[in-house]
Amino acid sequence: MATPLRIVIAKPGLDGHDRGAKVVARALRDAGHEIIYTGLRRTPEQIVRIAMDEDAQVVGLSSLSGAHGFLFPRVCELLNEAGMTDVVVFGGGIIPERDRPALYEAGVAAIFGPGTTSTEMIAFLDGLER
Amino acid sequence: MNRRELGRALSSIASLEVEARKRDSTSVLGVTGAPGVGKSCLVDRLVQAWLAAGERVAILAVDPSSPVSGGALLGDRLRMGSVDDSESVFFRSIATRNVPGGLASNLDKMVDLLVGEGFTKVIIETVGAGQSEVRIVAVADRILLVEGPGRGDMIQAEKAGILELADIVAVNKSDLAGADKTAQEIITSLQMGDQSKPVILCSAETGEGIEGLLEALTDLPQNTATALARARERLLAIHQESLLNHGDYAEVLKGLAAGELSLEAALAALR
Repeated sequence: MATPLRIVIAKPGLDGHDRGAKVVARALRDAGHEIIYTGLRRTPEQIVRIAMDEDAQVVGLSSLSGAHGFLFPRVCELLNEAGMTDVVVFGGGIIPERDRPALYEAGVAAIFGPGTTSTEMIAFLDGLER
Repeated sequence: MNRRELGRALSSIASLEVEARKRDSTSVLGVTGAPGVGKSCLVDRLVQAWLAAGERVAILAVDPSSPVSGGALLGDRLRMGSVDDSESVFFRSIATRNVPGGLASNLDKMVDLLVGEGFTKVIIETVGAGQSEVRIVAVADRILLVEGPGRGDMIQAEKAGILELADIVAVNKSDLAGADKTAQEIITSLQMGDQSKPVILCSAETGEGIEGLLEALTDLPQNTATALARARERLLAIHQESLLNHGDYAEVLKGLAAGELSLEAALAALR
């Protein structure tokens, strides 16, 4: 088995819905990765700190509250400030198509909305440079 | 080291030279117990109290990797609200990665590193479910066994062999019915084995009894029997590791399976 990726799955901001995050966590675990789930309502600062402590290579952000336009870029910004430019950020949840270009611009590598198969997500992770 | 460097160093611990810590202190605590007894919530209470007292706290939370996929779901920190904010706390989730006996020595070095980096309290938390977990928690210098009410009779706990390793037992969920009975059973069971160790009733939920637990942990004396049990587990862990990492291991195993080697000859070949 290949060395597992260490992936933080985080729920930033005021959003109490984590079924999606848990399904993703479970699917990625079953694909052989190590998933650190943060629990609900974490701040971008906390998420970056968790990524540091856990030495994560990937951070997955889930948001269904509509605040992704602030929260996702803020996480990317804080990662950059901490010199963690090698950490890959992906997002999921309810992210309207029109909001996506700005998120990609901010450093989010991929966005997986409703209907995404776990195969797609796993293929994305497999394609990352180790 | 800053937080980022420390996080990275823990990932590559196997290849690092780390100065060994002084053992026999009360600053490296192993916390173990069956799933669902409230280990994480109890640890959260301890961490809060220690942070308030000015300690620097590191937590290593060990969870099993899936034997099928090799992946792991590490969710201990979601129950610990206290660990995500203070600069004085460091929290690392660790998957066992199915290395038989291999995690113990790495974990030992991680603890050495954290102590060397100025952490005054280090907690190793793991589910006490089997031999490999016993080996993991034996890396610590004192062991807290967490029990709870309604888990069947004490014979269950004694079977697991973890009771003999524990320096102190906390019966959590004292706010629920039956906790005092569980505590009494543990005390009786310890008396039968001529052992004396503190048994503390507490509730991570309400905070009742936590102060008593903290006090007992502060000056927990070295217990000869548990020190021996820990040493035994550490010795067995490193022995197993040296066997499994021996260059001829695969060959010897084949010979053993084919009946060409006796067990004694196989053991001799792997010395």
